[in-house]
Amino acid sequence: MAEQEENHEAPAEPIKDAPPEPIMDAPAKPAAAGHGHADDGPPADPLAALTPAGRELLDVSLEVLKEFDPQAGALDDIPQVSVAKQNTRQVCQLIKDDPRIAAKMLLCMSCVDYSEYFEMVYVFQSLEPERTFALRTNVPYSDAIVPSVTAVWRAADWYEREAHDLFGVSFDGHPDLSPLLLYEGFEGYPGRKEFPFNEYEEF
Amino acid sequence: MAQVSKTTNRNGEPIEMLLNMGPQHPSTHGVFRMVLWVDGEKIVDVEPHIGYLHRGSEKLCEGEQYNQVITLFDRMDYIANFNNEQIYCRAVEKLMGLEVSERSEYIRVILCELNRIASHMLFIATMGLDAGAMTPSMFCFRGRERIQGLFEAVSGARMMHNYFRFGGLKEDVPDDFVPQVRELLELVKADTDESDKLLSFNEIFLARLKGIAVMTAEDAIDYGLTGPCLRASGVDYDVRKAAPYSVYDRLDFDVPIGLDGDCWDRYYLRVQEIYQSIRIVEQALDQLPEGSVESSLGRRLLRPPAGEVYVRAENPRGEIGVYLISDGSDKPYRVKVRPPSFCNLSALKHMLKDCWIADCVVILGALDIVLGEVDR
Repeated sequence: MAEQEENHEAPAEPIKDAPPEPIMDAPAKPAAAGHGHADDGPPADPLAALTPAGRELLDVSLEVLKEFDPQAGALDDIPQVSVAKQNTRQVCQLIKDDPRIAAKMLLCMSCVDYSEYFEMVYVFQSLEPERTFALRTNVPYSDAIVPSVTAVWRAADWYEREAHDLFGVSFDGHPDLSPLLLYEGFEGYPGRKEFPFNEYEEF
Repeated sequence: MAQVSKTTNRNGEPIEMLLNMGPQHPSTHGVFRMVLWVDGEKIVDVEPHIGYLHRGSEKLCEGEQYNQVITLFDRMDYIANFNNEQIYCRAVEKLMGLEVSERSEYIRVILCELNRIASHMLFIATMGLDAGAMTPSMFCFRGRERIQGLFEAVSGARMMHNYFRFGGLKEDVPDDFVPQVRELLELVKADTDESDKLLSFNEIFLARLKGIAVMTAEDAIDYGLTGPCLRASGVDYDVRKAAPYSVYDRLDFDVPIGLDGDCWDRYYLRVQEIYQSIRIVEQALDQLPEGSVESSLGRRLLRPPAGEVYVRAENPRGEIGVYLISDGSDKPYRVKVRPPSFCNLSALKHMLKDCWIADCVVILGALDIVLGEVDR
């Protein structure tokens, strides 16, 4: 059934919005959106999608984390700061403990492969008041080690093991980075862009 | 294969007994394996092994066009297909700034809530089975089957519906949808009443579940538990209330909260949630507007503008999050899913410590995991 469905949609008429796209902004590199500064700046204000409350939280967090040189940004409508990777551990501790942010819950930890570097994106939730907050850090291929935040949130444990499995990012201070999703002895990092979709050795 | 950590029992002697549960075990709800370090009947440590169902869904998403990814989302949490479709569609809609027609929003909410009921019914059934009660499972499966029947009438498939589209639905619901759902709700309510009366306050059931695997609110938050597992610990957190999406802000419903954070609370919350979902569906039916469900996109190839979004929703099992990155091409650059079961399951190690072996099955059962989503 599903196939039929797709066939229906696949032979789509000549793509209507193909021409405008490249003109607008089709950078060869995917949007490393958050880093509100150095990027070429046609999409005006990277913080535009933030709500007033989000802006307030962003200002507060910049104040809280000021010794770690945070860069303001936004993950769509979620306020976000970027920090250097060696500071993530202390920054996370502050994000959790400082009453002005108090993000008690780690919602999501995601690793994104940009072919030259990884990006770790952390999404937090504070429950009272209910707010979401994001943290981002760049991890170069050559030095793919990030301080582990398992000591801050125990929820980070499996996320970090997953990122280790699929992307080969190492987490300094993680108690046990044994394979979680893959079987022992699997070669390669299937999450990375370079990993082929088909030509790999099956178990 | 398991990494044996040198644990010692209370007398300081090394643990000699390892108990292997799964991967093929009826109470692991899929292919899940855990190795238990036991001291007599007490569990000292546990090592959960997941990944038997790992299909690399997130990676596969990167190789499919946007509209094809919906089918992959169907197969993550295969008990709550509609909820998964909805979150992914919302992510793409948000990325593109796409308007969804009122009618489609309402139909989505109705179907999602019905799916929540179906999912919770399956949970009650398996929870009963895990605790040794056979009969409630029959009632629940009967009720679930009715809902599945409706889903089939609507989408053409009992599971893996592939019914939601960006900005709308595949097609409008059948003409007799509203009366059909109303009739269904009556039956579902009766089914739930029946199994609730049979099971919830049954003495043996209470003895098996009360006070088992208590999670404090602090621990639950620290482990990132969400959904009924978190609310059982007394934390009032439901994404439908905290960050209302779709039309949930126009619907009146309560979020049941537990008191003790034990297995029974986790069970009973879900029973209560069924009644709340029925309330939501009833209101949504009343408010269901006329109009089109056709997507404004038509059937052309999708190329959302470069950018990224993180969207959240309340699935039957907890909070699901989708982090979607687009690079302007016709395929997503990265799709990261925050599956609720994954985080809930990671707390298992903590929950099982110092429990009896006999409780291990109900503790796992009360978490209500779906391995398709855990392993992706």
